[in-house]
Amino acid sequence: MSYTFQFRDVFAAWEFILQGVAMTLYLSAVTMVLGLAIGVACAAGRLYGPKPLRVLVGVYVESIRNTPLLVQLFIIFFGLPSLGVRFDATTAAVITLAVNLGAYATEIVRAGLEAVPKAQVEAGHSLGLSGLQVFRHIVLFPALRMMYPSLASQFILLMLATSITSQIAVEDLFHVASIIQSRTFRDFEVYTVIGVLYLLLALVFRGGFALLYQLVFARR
Amino acid sequence: MALLEIDKITKRFGTNTVLDDVSLTVDAGEIIAVIGRSGSGKSTMLRCINGLEPIQGGRITVDGMQVNDKATDLRKLRQQVGIVFQSYNLFPHLSVSRNITLAPTLIKGITEAEGREIAREVLQRVGLEEKLDAYPDQLSGGQQQRVAIARSLAMRPKLMLFDEITSALDPELTGEVLKVLEDMAKSGMTMILVTHEMGFARRFGSRLVFMHEGRIREEGPAAATLAEPRTQELETFLGAVLH
Ligand SMILES: Nc1ncnc2c1ncn2[C@@H]1O[C@H](COP(=O)(O)OP(=O)(O)OP(=O)(O)O)[C@@H](O)[C@H]1O
Ligand SMILES: [Mg+2]
Repeated sequence: MSYTFQFRDVFAAWEFILQGVAMTLYLSAVTMVLGLAIGVACAAGRLYGPKPLRVLVGVYVESIRNTPLLVQLFIIFFGLPSLGVRFDATTAAVITLAVNLGAYATEIVRAGLEAVPKAQVEAGHSLGLSGLQVFRHIVLFPALRMMYPSLASQFILLMLATSITSQIAVEDLFHVASIIQSRTFRDFEVYTVIGVLYLLLALVFRGGFALLYQLVFARR
Repeated sequence: MALLEIDKITKRFGTNTVLDDVSLTVDAGEIIAVIGRSGSGKSTMLRCINGLEPIQGGRITVDGMQVNDKATDLRKLRQQVGIVFQSYNLFPHLSVSRNITLAPTLIKGITEAEGREIAREVLQRVGLEEKLDAYPDQLSGGQQQRVAIARSLAMRPKLMLFDEITSALDPELTGEVLKVLEDMAKSGMTMILVTHEMGFARRFGSRLVFMHEGRIREEGPAAATLAEPRTQELETFLGAVLH
């Protein structure tokens, strides 16, 4: 083996790489907020809503969880324009990722809500609280604490999955890597560096989530 | 008018009839001890009174409000009826103080500061004033149960329901909870207690209700009925629990 590693050309593009990191972070952050909101709303709908709503949410969750993310992305970016609905690449990416994460989050949130003992809910109702008050003050916090580890893992999976949006030319970290590769032909070096960056990002997210848990959930 | 009127109620779970033609009238200030074998319908009767379980026949009226009526605001009704369960059911993520102030602040629109005063007062009644800022998992079972009682009292209910509230406790912890019940009894609170504490029922119960297979099999003055049961079933039951 006589290959000589040469990282210089890759590192020379550091500003470009940082832009990619920024885009990946942006996609992740926005999607997490939206996806969690969708998850909480849909889980509540699936648990407490009227029958048609429960069915609708079920269909949403199962169709998203049983089709490839790439297909979902292409339907929204390349498919919807045929129906007259057009998004720029970044918007299409955010929508797809949020809809995708929302489906997984729905199941995680639902499991968390269901894990709160029924006796807690009854105790709340017995004190004269309304259904919404019971949900907001008695169920939500313990449920969030229980679902937190699963949600955090799902969020990190999502961050890694943002790389797929490079397929519709969103300028995320992976897209940046492809461009540097086409300029330098340093495939190994480029993708190793980018891989390490994804790893670091994942570790930073993990650390952040652990810190947040300490701040919010681990009182005393 | 009676505070609570249970009029020929039927409760079914599917095809299983759990309460069958049960009637009971409770006046303000009465203390009713409910006893009976496991599965005889004691808990279910309490849960019907505050509307946690719907009934399939008959009527329940609390303080003039009919429980099983669509027009009744169950939330209003439940503010008049406190219930304490065997498993305490404190909210684990909230401090003792917040457990107690949650319902008054949300429902009666009082401030957190006023709520805290109420919390202090009801905790004093159960002898736990110093636990205002503790969390449920820092308390013993007996203390948690006393906080659960205080939480109910904070809503100033007219009727208190207790479902075997000492059954999960060690004997010495049972004592401290019974002491709280005694004080409430002396203060004139109307109470219905499902209990295995025959001594307590005898001393403080104004009436005893013996349930058997979903019906009220025997009912009468507590001490006299315990001393001289009229039915074979109650005699057998007392023989089993007292020995
Ligand atoms: N949610 C429910 N679904 C179906 N059946 C129920 C339900 N709750 C209670 N039952 C049935 O109703 C009957 C009466 O139960 P209940 O809990 O009222 O008895 P109990 O007198 O309180 O007994 P214990 O002393 O064991 O607490 C039992 O046969 C029980 O199996
Ligand atoms: Mg019971």
